[in-house]
Amino acid sequence: MAAESHGPMHQFEIQRLIPLDVAGYDISFTNSAAFMSLAVICTFLLFWVATRHRTMVPSRWQSVAELTYEFVGGMVKDNVGTQGMAYFPFIFTLFMFILLGNFLGLLPYAFTFTSHIVVNATLAVFIFLAVTVIGFARHGLHYFSLFLPPGTPLPVAFILVPIEIMSYFIRPVSLSLRLFANMLAGHVLLKVLAGFIISLGIVFGIVPFAAVFAVTFLELMVAAIQAYVFALLTCIYLNDAINLH
Amino acid sequence: MPQFDPASFPSQIFWLVITFVALYAVISKFAIPRIGEILEQRARLIQDDLDRAGALKADTDAAIAAYEKAMADARNQARDVLFTATNELKKVADEKTATVNAEVNKQIADGEARIAKAKNEALGSIKSIAADTAREAVSKLAGLTLDAGKIDSAVASALNDAR
Repeated sequence: MAAESHGPMHQFEIQRLIPLDVAGYDISFTNSAAFMSLAVICTFLLFWVATRHRTMVPSRWQSVAELTYEFVGGMVKDNVGTQGMAYFPFIFTLFMFILLGNFLGLLPYAFTFTSHIVVNATLAVFIFLAVTVIGFARHGLHYFSLFLPPGTPLPVAFILVPIEIMSYFIRPVSLSLRLFANMLAGHVLLKVLAGFIISLGIVFGIVPFAAVFAVTFLELMVAAIQAYVFALLTCIYLNDAINLH
Repeated sequence: MPQFDPASFPSQIFWLVITFVALYAVISKFAIPRIGEILEQRARLIQDDLDRAGALKADTDAAIAAYEKAMADARNQARDVLFTATNELKKVADEKTATVNAEVNKQIADGEARIAKAKNEALGSIKSIAADTAREAVSKLAGLTLDAGKIDSAVASALNDAR
């Protein structure tokens, strides 16, 4: 997929690797699916290698696994509380999935499945629905009080309640768009800068090359931060549903 | 933009669900139990070590307290022993001093008595010798015979003047 010259959007194209068609739906195994599978395999390998020897003083990989575990665990505990630990496996999965998707996408010739809005939107809508179901299951109709913070004066409530309702329903949109936009922008920027290296030649190409070098580090950071933000916001939404104010 | 091509949506959603569920299984059934176990084991080990350290510290404290108590007891005992020994020695010394003093005083008194007696005896003999000498001298020089009472009183007054 790299032989001929491509535009910056080429890297986001879905390519069918194993065509599959079930009941009129095209569910082919694509490059996107391949990288999702790779993310699962990498996560499994990470935790398999990390916990293979199980030493009291952790090895490097064991440290990585333990730190990730404690990082996500701490995030859930701090933001949702002890009751939220029931959702720790889900948050951990979400974090690893997005983190690996972002990181693997930074490899040359790789595909970034988190740069596709439909993937992020599916996750975000699932989280939105799950949070709403958990909220109503735990608090019944009282969950509606989420839209009216306690101590709000009545005249303010007329403005505040519509705003709160709007912000509640905008959650899946902002959640998925944020990740999508970050990944899209980063990869397009890298691709465009990399194109300048070729067009400016070996002498002046050093400038965009340095820029690509620097932006790659920035993108590594963005990849981690966006995975964190996605998981953190999910925790905050869960906290609303579980603890309600 | 490839992102907005709905034809690719079913495949992406389908594989997202499959892989996400697979990853959930990996995380919840494999990663979390194994890492959780390691962390729990370590926490338990550290807690055990801390407990043991606490117990050892308590032992040490008890040993130090016992040592200090023994030390204080020994010091008190030593002081008592020293005190009684000093008192006893002082008593013995006082007793000895008292007996020696008494003996010395007695000897001094005896000596003084003896001296006084000897002195009196000596004085008595001086009187008679003086009286005899006086009478002899008077009779030889003056040819007089004085009565003994006169001579004795004269000698006594002379002795008193000499003394």
